[in-house]
Amino acid sequence: MTNVLEVRNLSKSFGGVQAVKDVNFDLKEGEFLALIGPNGAGKTTCFNMLSGYHKPNTGSVSLRGQALIGHPPRKIWRMGVGRTFQITATFLSMTVVENVQMALISHHRRVFDLFSRATRMFVDEAMALLELVSMQDQAGRACSELAYGDLKRLELAIALAHEPALLLMDEPTAGMAPSERFALMALTAEIVAKGGVSVVFTEHDMDVVFAHAHRILVLNRGELIAEGTGSEIRTNPLVQEVYLGGGSVFEAESAHA
Amino acid sequence: MGFYFAQLLTGLANASSLFLIASGLSIIFGVTRIVNFAHGSFYMVGAYLAYTLVTLWSGSILGFWVSVILAAMIVGVIGLIIELTILRRIYHAPELFQLVATFGVVLIFQDGTLAIWGAEDLLGPRAPGLDSAVRIMGEPIPEYDLALIAIGPVVLLAIWLLFHKTRWGVLVRAATQDREMVGALGVNQAWLFSAAFVLGSFLAGLGGALQIPREAVSLQMDLSIIGEAFVVVVIGGMGSVSGAFVAAVLISVLNAFAILIFPQISIVLPFIIMAIVLIFRPHGLFGKPGSEKGAPEEPDQPLALMDQKSAMVLMAALLVLALSPLLTADFTSVLMVDVMVATLFAVSLHFMMGVGGMVSFGHAAYFGVGAYGAAMAVKFLGLGMISAMLFGPVCAAMAALFFGWFCVRLSGVYLAMLTLAAAQILWGVTFQWQRFTGGDDGILGVWPAKWASSDKVYFYIAFVLCVGGILALRRVAFSPFGYILRGIRDSQTRAESIGIDTRFHQWMGFVLAGGFAGLAGVVFAFSKGSVFPDSLGIALSIDGLIMVLLGGIHALAGPILGAGAFVLIEDWVTRLDYWRFIFGAIILIVVLVAPDGIAGGIQRLLRGLKGGRA
Repeated sequence: MTNVLEVRNLSKSFGGVQAVKDVNFDLKEGEFLALIGPNGAGKTTCFNMLSGYHKPNTGSVSLRGQALIGHPPRKIWRMGVGRTFQITATFLSMTVVENVQMALISHHRRVFDLFSRATRMFVDEAMALLELVSMQDQAGRACSELAYGDLKRLELAIALAHEPALLLMDEPTAGMAPSERFALMALTAEIVAKGGVSVVFTEHDMDVVFAHAHRILVLNRGELIAEGTGSEIRTNPLVQEVYLGGGSVFEAESAHA
Repeated sequence: MGFYFAQLLTGLANASSLFLIASGLSIIFGVTRIVNFAHGSFYMVGAYLAYTLVTLWSGSILGFWVSVILAAMIVGVIGLIIELTILRRIYHAPELFQLVATFGVVLIFQDGTLAIWGAEDLLGPRAPGLDSAVRIMGEPIPEYDLALIAIGPVVLLAIWLLFHKTRWGVLVRAATQDREMVGALGVNQAWLFSAAFVLGSFLAGLGGALQIPREAVSLQMDLSIIGEAFVVVVIGGMGSVSGAFVAAVLISVLNAFAILIFPQISIVLPFIIMAIVLIFRPHGLFGKPGSEKGAPEEPDQPLALMDQKSAMVLMAALLVLALSPLLTADFTSVLMVDVMVATLFAVSLHFMMGVGGMVSFGHAAYFGVGAYGAAMAVKFLGLGMISAMLFGPVCAAMAALFFGWFCVRLSGVYLAMLTLAAAQILWGVTFQWQRFTGGDDGILGVWPAKWASSDKVYFYIAFVLCVGGILALRRVAFSPFGYILRGIRDSQTRAESIGIDTRFHQWMGFVLAGGFAGLAGVVFAFSKGSVFPDSLGIALSIDGLIMVLLGGIHALAGPILGAGAFVLIEDWVTRLDYWRFIFGAIILIVVLVAPDGIAGGIQRLLRGLKGGRA
């Protein structure tokens, strides 16, 4: 399989703090990749570099052969990278379907259209996207009234609007109830399985990670310390050291499951 | 050499007074997040009170200084009363409502002062014991200036000690950084806010009282100082007292030297300095990001297209308006032109603020540029009415293109202040550049073409342009461009991450709003036959804000209702004595009773009625 994303020698420091140090990884087409690590490991910094919010000190990122580094977020979005945020960012003064329509309007390069009725544009496409995340029943609701879990699903629909090759999800399940977490990640896994999009996500809930990720990367203090499938990561002594100072809770968890 | 040193000392003496008033403003903003327009009024009242007290105890050194302190303390008490009766009720209203409320206070104070002290300028006595000049390097320096130079740093030191050595001061600094957190820690915010307000007004009163020996006390003191005080606060960083000191020194000293080279510059120099500082340090010299935000606002409800019933009502209203010249006297047509001009102006401001989330304190600039553009096109280019009417809005859009480029780099209060600066710069240029703009005398003889010169015909020209402009802006609000603009207001992050160039988009929104304000200005110029620098002034910008907020910022119909109400109330009230007092009181009542404006009030009323029926 071909690589969608190739990350090489990515480094970033803030003042004297080395947030990300020489990170290398590939993402294969159709892969569902988890980036995990303790707080402050550099996960969000990695994401911010991939989506153009931070400029790395060194390193390169290429998406299907195109270099991403040095472009502003909006350019990177046009190249085919979608993104959801750790703290949801949506247009609160609009309805659910209008939020998705905005992404479609931008995708179809109609943002400077002064005459059309925005609410009548790309309605079918928007509804199809909402259906994908099972939000079609709430299409007409004001975004400001939504429950947090629904906002996360809406963000997913918005991020998929321009049929991205790569989807970056920063802690997609933070702040959600456990049952909602599995539902959202199962939904994402389904979307990945349908093909066309590859996903990198960061996550603190290990149950979620082990249940859905195809492959896992572990960051600690800005460095990649391990990489592998769920079971490989569980048994990796270095990872256990980082997370638990030497205990073996992962084993106990897997015994539970 | 001595001359330049004397100039420096004059600058420093000016800096002290400016610092006193600006530090009060900064403290009040830092703690309560209220942009207090009435601060200039406190300054003015401080001066008037000190004048009365000083003349009472004339001649004694102790009497002078006791009078000054006493005047400042009375102003502090007045500030407390205003805080308790008015501001306390609107801390959770949107920032702009607070601004308009404080402007209502300004109007009331203007007439109150007029009633008590009269319209004549009052010249106070010199400060006893400090009434002569000393020679420094051969130049005479008033002793009182030297005293002022000392007073500034002394007050700065006193505030510093208060803020760093007392529990109260620590709480004030904490509240300046994070108001919610201080509240969550169990601090009685109401008390803290009142105390900060008293301190701030005391300082303003002190600044005013100390001016007595230097300048005549007049009714124009309030608005003449407030613009400069805002500039100082913004340059220093909102909420930073030492920032205010540095900025006051910077502005006053630069000004003292700049007038030697180019005397006309003094009106615009502070604003130019502010613009430069904000471009390089968007939160001022000592300000921190995030310290600009007020109470979190409730998100708007999604826009809805008009239902058939409201559309019919609108059509009927437009029809009545269109037929009105046939049924009424000429002066009503003239008044209706004023209403339509004001409405288009308010709608263009609302487009920028409500839709675009960019608050403008200087929207009149584009109205005025439109008006002057048309007037100068007639006068210098010899254009006819129609081509001049096209030329004006283009000029306004060009001005908005230029100033907007700077403004959209900022957000919130800082953006608002930069728009104010832009407007003041344009006003200053218009005022001073007599050869082209006629200066204070304005440009006369901007009359409509012969066929359009009757009041009724001109009414229809205004009707087409204004109603057309309003409908066009409304159409844009519902278009992808308008929706995305609202999206950027809601969440810049989200907009950026769906591929929007947010700055460019806001810039274009700014230009569009400016162009339509210019159209309103053009219609205005031809209806009055003349243009004056007032048409770019702060007062008109504030009128626009009052219209938008009177109507309600959250509804597209808001500015229409607000502008209509504003012009009609103004037309009625200005015929009365003490109309400012009445007008200010009306503003306060609206703000206190219907913080969501007329449109919001009507919506609530309708909901109440429906609820009552069900």
